[in-house]
Order: sequence, then C-alpha cells, then structure tokens
Amino acid sequence: MTATEKKKIQHDFKEKMDYDELLNCMRCGFCLPSCPTYIETGHQEKYSPRGRIALMKGITDGIVEPDDDIAHSLDLCLGCRACEPVCPSGVQYGHLLEDARSILQEHKKESVPVKMLRKGIFNELFPHQNRLETATSLLGIYQRSGLPKVARKIGFMNLFPESMATMEKVLPEVPKRKEIRQRPRFFEHENEKKATVALFAGCLMDTMFFSTNNATIRLLQKAGCDVVIPENQLCCGALHGHSGELGKAKEMAKENIDAFEAADADYIITNAGGCGAFLIEYDHILADEPEWVERAKKFVSKLKDISAILVALDFQNRHRLKLPDQIVTYQDSCHLRNVMHTFSEPRLLLQSIEGVTYEEMEGADTCCGSAGDYNIVQPKMAMQILDHKMEKVEKTQAKTVVTANPGCLLEMKAGIERVGKTGEMRAVHIADLLLEALE
Amino acid sequence: MSAAKVKKKLSLLKEKLTSIVGEKNVDDSSSGRLVYSYDATPNYQAMPDFVVSPGNAEEVASVLKLCSETETPVYSRGSGTNLCADTCPVNGGIVLLLKRLDQILELDKENLTITVQPGVITKEISEMVEEEGLFYPPDPSSMKISTIGGNLSENSGGLRGLKYGVTRDYVMALQIALPNGELIRTGGKLTKDVAGYDLTRLFVGSEGTLGVITEATLKLIPKPESQKTILALYQDIEAAGRSVSTIIAHKMIPVTLEFLDQDTIKAVEDFTHIGLPTDVKAILLIVQDGPREIVERDIHSIAEICRSEDAVDVRLAASDEEAEKLATARRSALSALARLKPTTILEDATVPRSEIATMVRAISEIAEKYNVRISTFGHAGDGNLHPTCLTDARDQDEMRRVEEAFAEIFEKAIELGGTLTGEHGVGMTKAPYLEWKLGAAGIDVMRGIKQAVDPKGIMNQGKVFAEKTKERAVAAK
Ligand SMILES: Cc1cc2nc3c(=O)[nH]c(=O)nc-3n(C[C@H](O)[C@H](O)[C@H](O)COP(=O)(O)OP(=O)(O)OC[C@H]3O[C@@H](n4cnc5c(N)ncnc54)[C@H](O)[C@@H]3O)c2cc1C
Ligand code: SF4
Ligand code: SF4
Repeated sequence: MTATEKKKIQHDFKEKMDYDELLNCMRCGFCLPSCPTYIETGHQEKYSPRGRIALMKGITDGIVEPDDDIAHSLDLCLGCRACEPVCPSGVQYGHLLEDARSILQEHKKESVPVKMLRKGIFNELFPHQNRLETATSLLGIYQRSGLPKVARKIGFMNLFPESMATMEKVLPEVPKRKEIRQRPRFFEHENEKKATVALFAGCLMDTMFFSTNNATIRLLQKAGCDVVIPENQLCCGALHGHSGELGKAKEMAKENIDAFEAADADYIITNAGGCGAFLIEYDHILADEPEWVERAKKFVSKLKDISAILVALDFQNRHRLKLPDQIVTYQDSCHLRNVMHTFSEPRLLLQSIEGVTYEEMEGADTCCGSAGDYNIVQPKMAMQILDHKMEKVEKTQAKTVVTANPGCLLEMKAGIERVGKTGEMRAVHIADLLLEALE
Repeated sequence: MSAAKVKKKLSLLKEKLTSIVGEKNVDDSSSGRLVYSYDATPNYQAMPDFVVSPGNAEEVASVLKLCSETETPVYSRGSGTNLCADTCPVNGGIVLLLKRLDQILELDKENLTITVQPGVITKEISEMVEEEGLFYPPDPSSMKISTIGGNLSENSGGLRGLKYGVTRDYVMALQIALPNGELIRTGGKLTKDVAGYDLTRLFVGSEGTLGVITEATLKLIPKPESQKTILALYQDIEAAGRSVSTIIAHKMIPVTLEFLDQDTIKAVEDFTHIGLPTDVKAILLIVQDGPREIVERDIHSIAEICRSEDAVDVRLAASDEEAEKLATARRSALSALARLKPTTILEDATVPRSEIATMVRAISEIAEKYNVRISTFGHAGDGNLHPTCLTDARDQDEMRRVEEAFAEIFEKAIELGGTLTGEHGVGMTKAPYLEWKLGAAGIDVMRGIKQAVDPKGIMNQGKVFAEKTKERAVAAK
C-alpha cells in the first residue's frame, strides 16, 4: 500500500465506520473463547473479535495505518459471528466487519486479471440466475463427461489448493439445465391448508442443490403450505456483502424485495443459513434509504428457515418420520444459529425421527471452516478448522451428519473425504433427510 | 534521545529479545502492538514497543534481566480483562504476554492442591478440579477469559467471596521471576509456615509492579454437596440493602449475595432473556451451599428475612440449570450495562456490610448531585459494590462531573470504614486516591518495598503509585 492509499482508506474509515458501534465494544473479552480464529491461532488477540474491533477503531482514530497485517487479520475472520450472541454489550460485529471490508475492497490494488475475475463473478455471474445456471450446467457437463476421472488421474486437481481438490470430488451432481427450467412456480398444499409461503430459491441452492430445493418444496406442501417460487428473484447478495461489494448487494436486495412483495405470502422460506442471515439484515443494509426501510422490514419479518417453519406448523407431530436405526449428529450453520437464532428447531426435528439416535456433537455451534468463500481464500486456516471439527464429528460415531446450509454441507463432505470415511459416513441437508424419513 | 538513537536502541533490544524467546515471539508490527495497547478499562490506550511471549519461567527471568539492564518498562499481561488500566503500557517498552505459559502442572489429591502456570484460564482450573469432586472457589465474573496469573496479581474476588474469600485465600506457593533475573519460590504445600515474611501474600495483589508470577500452587477444598438459589425482589432499593445487613447480622453466611438495581436488571435481561422481572427496583440473588439439610434451613430463614425486610416476592430457582443461568446472567452485568451508553466506567467501592444500605443511598444522591447516570450492582454480601457510570467519553463536561462524582463516592466509602477497591485493583484509575486510604506513611512503606524488589522501577510503570494524589473535596478528619 502506498502512503496516499493509506490516507484514503483512513479517511473512509473516519467517514463511513459506525463510531458508536466501535465504542460500544467495552473490551471485556467475553467474545474471545467463542472465536475459532482466536483459538486456532493459539490465542492471538490480533485474530480475535476484540482485537479486530480495536484494529478498526485504531484506523478510524488514526493510531495505526491500514497495512497488510490488518487486512490479513480481517481476511482471516470467518464472518461466522459466533462473537455476537455471546457479547453482553450487543456489539454488531458483523456490520462492522462488512463495512471495514467494503472500504478495504474499494481501495484494493488488485492485478487486472483478479479484478476482472471478481467483476465477472460478482457483477456478471451471481446476479443473473440464468448465467449461473449456465455456469453450473457447464459443471454438470464436465461431471458427466468423464473428465473428472481423467483430471484426477493426471493430477490436474493437484495444481489447486488441497481444499479445492477435495471440494471438486464432493460437489453434488448438477441437474440438467432443462430440469431446472421446467420446474413449475406454484405447488399446492397437501392435507389441511396452513399458510402460503414464498420460497427463496437461492442461486447455488437452485442449481447445484436443486434436489434439496425440491425436497424443501415437498416438505412444505406436506406441512400444508401453498408454495410459490417468485420470478425475478436473485442471489441474496451475501457473497457480495461479505467480500466488500456492498453497493452491488444493495441493488440485489431491492430486486429481491420487489420480487417477493409480488408474491404476497405469509412467510418467506430459506433453506440456506448463509442466505437467510443476509436476507434477515436487508433492513440494516438499506437503513440509509428511507423509501426502502419499511419495505425491507416487512420482508424481514416474514423470513423463516425451513426447520423453523416446520416446527411452527407442528410438522414433526403430524407426520410419521422414520429411518433405519442410526446415530445422527448436527453441525450448526453459523449464520443460521448466530444471526437467525435458529438452533433448537433442527435438533427437535431430528430427534423426532424414529430410528434416529441423536448425538449432540461437542462444539456443534462453532464454524466448520466453510464460511462462504473462506475455504477458497484461506485454505490453510479452513483446513485446520475442518480437521479439528472432524475429530469432534468422529467422536459422536454418527453415520449421518446433518447440516442446514450448502457451504457447510460441502465442507462436511470434504471433511468426511479427508478422514477417509466416504462410504461409512455421509453428510446431508436436513431437508433431504426429512424427506427421506417421510417416504 | 534523537530519533535515530531511539531507533538504534530499539533494534538492539529487539535483537536481544529475539535471542531469548525466538523471532516468532517478538512482535513489533503496528497491528500486533495495537491489540495489546488496551485492556478492559475504558479510555486508556498506549502503544508498547514490543509484545514478547516467553515460553517458560527461565525465559521470563531472562527478559526481566535484560529489561532491568536496559531500563525498559515491562507490562505483564494475562487476558487483559482488568478494569483499572493495569496492563496499559503507558510508557512504551514491552508487553510481556504470559499466554504461552498455559499448563496445569499437577493436581495433588493427597494435599488438595493444584499447581498451574500463570496463563491458564481460571475456568479451566475450576472445571478440572470439580470433575474430581474438589472445589476452587474464587470465581471472578470474567473467569471464562481471565488468567490465573491476572487473578493472583489483582487478588480477584467473585460471586462466592462472601463465604469463601478471594484469590489470596487460596494461594499456597508461588514461583516468581524478579526484575533482576532471579527466580524465587515462596510458600509450599503446607498449611502451617511461619518462616520469614509472607512473600506469597506480598506478591498476590501486587498488580504486576514487583515481579512476574511464573507458577502457582493453589489450595482446593471439597466440593460442597448441594446448593440452592433464590431471588428476592424489591420495590425499594434500601430495603434490599437492609436485607443484606440483616441476613449477616443473623449469623447467616450465604455463598453468594448479589445486588442488582433496575437498570442492571433490564440490561441483563435484554441480553440473556431468562425472564428476570424488569419491573422491580432491585434484586438480591442469593445462593447457599453445603450439606442438603443446612442449605434447606438457611435458604428458608433467608427468605423469611427478605420478606420481613419488605421484599415484594421471593422466588426459588426451580433447578440447577436455572440457578446456573441466573449466576451466568449476573456475570454479564457489567458488559450488558455497556449496551446503554458508549462509555461504561465501573468502580469498585467497598464498605463494611453493615453499611450497604447507607452506601447505596449515598451513591444515588451523589449521582443526582452531579447529574450523572450511575447504576449499581455488586457483591453486596461482602460490601463490594460496583457503581457503574453510563456516559460518553466524548462529552468532556460530563466526564468531568463523572470524575467528581466518583471522587465523592470514594470519599464516602472511606468515611464509612470502607475502601477504594474491593477486587479490581488500583492500577491507574485509583492511584490518585490511594493515599486517602493508606495515608502518606502507608504509601512510603509501599515505596520502600517497591525500591527493594524493583530498584530500576521497570515493573508496571505508572500504576498504583500516583504522580499526584487527588485533592479531597472534604478535608480528612
Ligand atoms: C466483565 C468483567 C467482569 C469482571 N468481574 C470481576 C470480578 O467479578 N471480580 C474481580 O476480581 N475482577 C473482575 N474483573 C476484572 C478482571 O477480570 C480481573 O482483574 C482478572 O483477574 C484479570 O485477569 P487477566 O488475566 O485478564 O489479567 P490482566 O488484565 O491481563 O492483568 C491484570 C494485572 O495482573 C498483572 N499480571 C497478569 N499476569 C501476571 C503474572 N503472571 N505475573 C505478574 N503480574 C501479572 C498485569 O500486569 C496486571 O497488572 C472483571 C472484568 C471484566 C471485564
Ligand atoms: S464481548 Fe462484545 S464488548 Fe466484549 S470485547 Fe467482545 S465485542 Fe467487545
Ligand atoms: S465472526 Fe467468527 S471468526 Fe470472525 S471474529 Fe467473530 S467469532 Fe471470530
């Protein structure tokens, strides 16, 4: 970073950071024992929430210059927000992190190809569901072509970080594009009608995890819901928001609010913790746009995770759920737990399945290392976290590890692959498991 | 010194520090220094030159020797949760981070002791011994984060202080690195030991101004058989205060007797959502432990006393989980209060427990007089209150009034036969008032000890000993 760049960043911190929120941290350290990066780095304050807030405040106060070390401290944060529910002062760490990353991103000197790639991914790919479908269908073609085997054989994947190579092995089979296109937009309730819900289909969920979305729809129908999948909905914008592209995230938020208002449902349902947590903060992201705030609040008030709505509609008591005898454990999606505060419902649902012995995993509430694109940008830390997570998973002796977010699902699959347990152990999304238990 | 000279001196120092603890354990990056420039005390911040993390007692001693020779200030640090700016490196120099000394060395079930390194987290000790049916009573609210080294150096207390005392009461032996580079051992696993001055006690509570604790042997007791928790609710703050005095006067010593006023109750409930009644003016959280029958009997009598002192309701915690939730909620009081205003300044005034009601009343009168907002909670049973001012450091006029109000609170506490701080230490925040409590001659004795142990004055500069004592508003009697 040059001196002028540093000046500019500092200036933006002064202008844009929420100083009251920075002061709100009274530095008690209550958050330290919950932070995975603090623990994994051998208790370094630099990689703790209290330390990161101090660094952000330090730049704002002009005590330190923004340098690569500080950027690294912020980059290494998982954004898992485990520090928020334990903070007695109620510091909104996630918002501070988002703002700081956004400022740093704006001033980042990236090489032209990286800039182009980011621009491509963030502006051209994710906000356009059809393009995303194309991209994932390319993955589908790749998967069906027999190329993966060849690629693995010639060691092509070894050129990528280890995490990517493992990831490639565990990616689900992508459905054909035609299949996605032909799915109807309305599904009628079964049994007694309880509610009309609009499904937030998600970008990756509706391509790579298409079958999980279908399972979600089936469950909702069975629970007595008319299900609408509003047209014109977009990716939630989380990837943008968390990577410092807040402007783009705002645009996407507005389009989504528009799309869901048209559906006029009782609830808006998500089945991806990461998306849900971003959607539920649309009122915060749009806080400085008066004409949007109320609309955003209404949107937010309708939002529920699939587990939460099923429990609210007493699904588990109205249907017989049964699986072959097995031990099942659950890995929380950080965002579902720490931001949407949904954690008892999935456990309740799993415990109500006949044949399931539910075994709570030690530290189920801590991040698995997936954290959005974290495992791609911080592969070393992500793998260290995952390996420690797998020790805990194995301790439960579970055959099935249940998750509630696509990123966590892939991460757990990668973890199982890494410990060589593919075949004996599996990772599934809770919606898929519940449907299995129903049939 | 010229800038060039300073730079040269620092680079030489870095080289020597590196040779003692290794390159990885000397950090002079600006981010590394910034994150150790503060502790939990609002409004204090200063950058050290280096953050040094030794890996064993010998390295600690060598670092101290080097610092003595070069007259480099040393600020020892555990988790930085203290509330009197005790780890703030006001004069630069090095922050000596003790996090790497984090081993539990021995659990001696025959002598009922545990020997630990200073960087072990307090809660870890507590959990480990309880698994063995033993008990380490000191439980500062920060026990999930604070280190035992920090607890020893602040002589920390906790929710169980009333019945079981404070950290000091559980220390049997210490290993200490002295500023001259010597390692000494004090005490032993002995219940009786009168050989010489009690150096163990001297170092406990010395706030990092004399040496560095590198190992400690702590006393354990059998784990109490059972415990019960009640909440007594009041619409009159003084009635709560009176209940405390009456309970004690009836020769009843509960393990915990905590006071929370309405602001605190609301803030805590807002964070924990455990269903505390927010429409009452004060709560006493009372716990008794011991043999089942005695606990039953005590809790019953205490409830009676509370009712006769105008408690509007007395509730029994339904289960152990509920009791634990209440204790955890109480532990979050300070940080939860921080929700209300940007700056939260907490004090630690302590009075004899017979004076609790008087002190509670005085605090609210003083708050009114200076037009500042003070909420109060604390270990009422041992007279240790935490009047907490909710303010905004950016408002200079208000900050001046806050300071005046606290000065008067200290004065009142001392007048009632109390003290400035019951558990949080003197550090920088109370140094200007210390002479009010000890008198000039008392401070002189302390200075003499400091001079003998740390002649170069490198240890925790700027703490405990004030440059200037604050003038009293009312002349000393
Ligand atoms: C929310 C909150 C609640 C709290 N509740 C309580 C409470 O109930 N009771 C209570 O007593 N305190 C309480 N405290 C204050 C604080 O937690 C204690 O003083 C604690 O003992 C500090 O431990 P630490 O590891 O953070 O030490 P630090 O803050 O890092 O250091 C404290 C002092 O000890 C010195 N020191 C640290 N390690 C060593 C060593 N090995 N050798 C020599 N000196 C050393 C430091 O130089 C400093 O002077 C609370 C603080 C907070 C933020
Ligand atoms: S728990 Fe909250 S107030 Fe305490 S240090 Fe962490 S962020 Fe700051
Ligand atoms: S978001 Fe997660 S990783 Fe980041 S500071 Fe908070 S707890 Fe630590």
